[in-house]
Amino acid sequence: MDIEFLSSTMVTLLKALPVTLALFALSVSIGCVLALVIVWMRVGGNRYLAGFAKGYIFVFRGSPLLIQMFLVFYGLAQFDFIRNGPLWPLLREPFVCAVLSLALCTAGYSAEIFRGGIRSVPPREIEAARAIGMSGFLLVRRIIAPIALRFALPAYSTEVVLMMKSTSLASLVTVWEVTGVAQRLISHTYRTMEVFLCAAIIYLVLNFIVLQAMALLEHFLSRHLRAAPPAAKA
Amino acid sequence: MTLAVTAVALLIGAVLGAIVAAAKLSGNRVLVFLGSVYTTIFRGVPELLIIYLIYFGGSSAVTAIGQAMGYEGFLGLPSFAAGALAVGIISGSYQAEVFRGAYLAVARGELEAASAIGMSRGLRFRRIIMPQVLRYALPGFGNVWQLSLKDSALISVTGLAELMRTSQVAAGSTRQYFLFFIVGGALYLILTSLSDQVFNRAERRANRSMPSAMGQV
Repeated sequence: MDIEFLSSTMVTLLKALPVTLALFALSVSIGCVLALVIVWMRVGGNRYLAGFAKGYIFVFRGSPLLIQMFLVFYGLAQFDFIRNGPLWPLLREPFVCAVLSLALCTAGYSAEIFRGGIRSVPPREIEAARAIGMSGFLLVRRIIAPIALRFALPAYSTEVVLMMKSTSLASLVTVWEVTGVAQRLISHTYRTMEVFLCAAIIYLVLNFIVLQAMALLEHFLSRHLRAAPPAAKA
Repeated sequence: MTLAVTAVALLIGAVLGAIVAAAKLSGNRVLVFLGSVYTTIFRGVPELLIIYLIYFGGSSAVTAIGQAMGYEGFLGLPSFAAGALAVGIISGSYQAEVFRGAYLAVARGELEAASAIGMSRGLRFRRIIMPQVLRYALPGFGNVWQLSLKDSALISVTGLAELMRTSQVAAGSTRQYFLFFIVGGALYLILTSLSDQVFNRAERRANRSMPSAMGQV
């Protein structure tokens, strides 16, 4: 083991960490908002919107993220109206393309997770809320959303970890995040094991932190359940 | 090619997963620890990184072995083997959890009943545990198949001419990027939805003795 080489590799890789984190944070937050829109369309009751949402979820969950990313990065540039369009300065940046495809993909998965959360809200609670005159937005805000969020959180934390791992695919569309830099280091030094070991440690630590944060959030949100007297537990 | 890689990978993963699940359930502290390390690492590190690691790392290992045996020069690991092994190792970590969950879902009472009527360990495993674990594991196994199918697209980085790589090459040489990636994506969609139906049918068949399949519940 060459400690000096390992530490210098670690330093080089850590310099690429902000890019990975930016990819992760941007795509998760955009994807979460998109997922909320899609899940609203899916359960909203309008047949056409529900059909569109179903199709969206099917397409983005059924095909590999890599192909979606290549489609956005290489495919869109083929069309003249996009090339000449106002969004071209943004869309030709690999970073923007990577965030876009990551967000679109995670939106499909997250929408299904949120839908599962909404479906597990007990119908009695909704009836009760309606009985005391809550309707529309108030019902969603006070009853459905808080309960659904708690049910969806464990599955959503898995999805967030998957997203963290998916950011490594951005290296294939020439974004220099941790995996991309590791790949470049290898082609310079031919020391596969050491470099990938460092990269793997970085990802493991990141995922560990994310999982801990999610567990903490879950813990915080289920305070009222723990406070219940033990006799109430069946 | 995509299907072949995925199938081989899943087979490797099933064997690895069964071993790791057995290790995690064994109660032996060292084995449990090793099993947890395996599932944590391979579920926590990006798939792409693992594929690179196996492909390049495997190649250097093979070269080292070749040199030890007196062969000078570079030996590459075939990309099919490397890809299948990498995806297999990843799917193994997921399958280990699937199998473990399925084993824990087998009712304790049935195991006790089996030992009460004097079944030996092997017989109990074959007659009681195995059929139920397979049934409980089927939905999770379907998930892992879908995951591996999509992970297999990543093997294209090693140059294996599977669905992803082929559409990439076709797109590059004709400059019709959008067309070929759309077609490639559509083919993946067909694969995933077809296999979804196969798994649905298999699940229905496996559960035909369960109450929910007989119109109760």
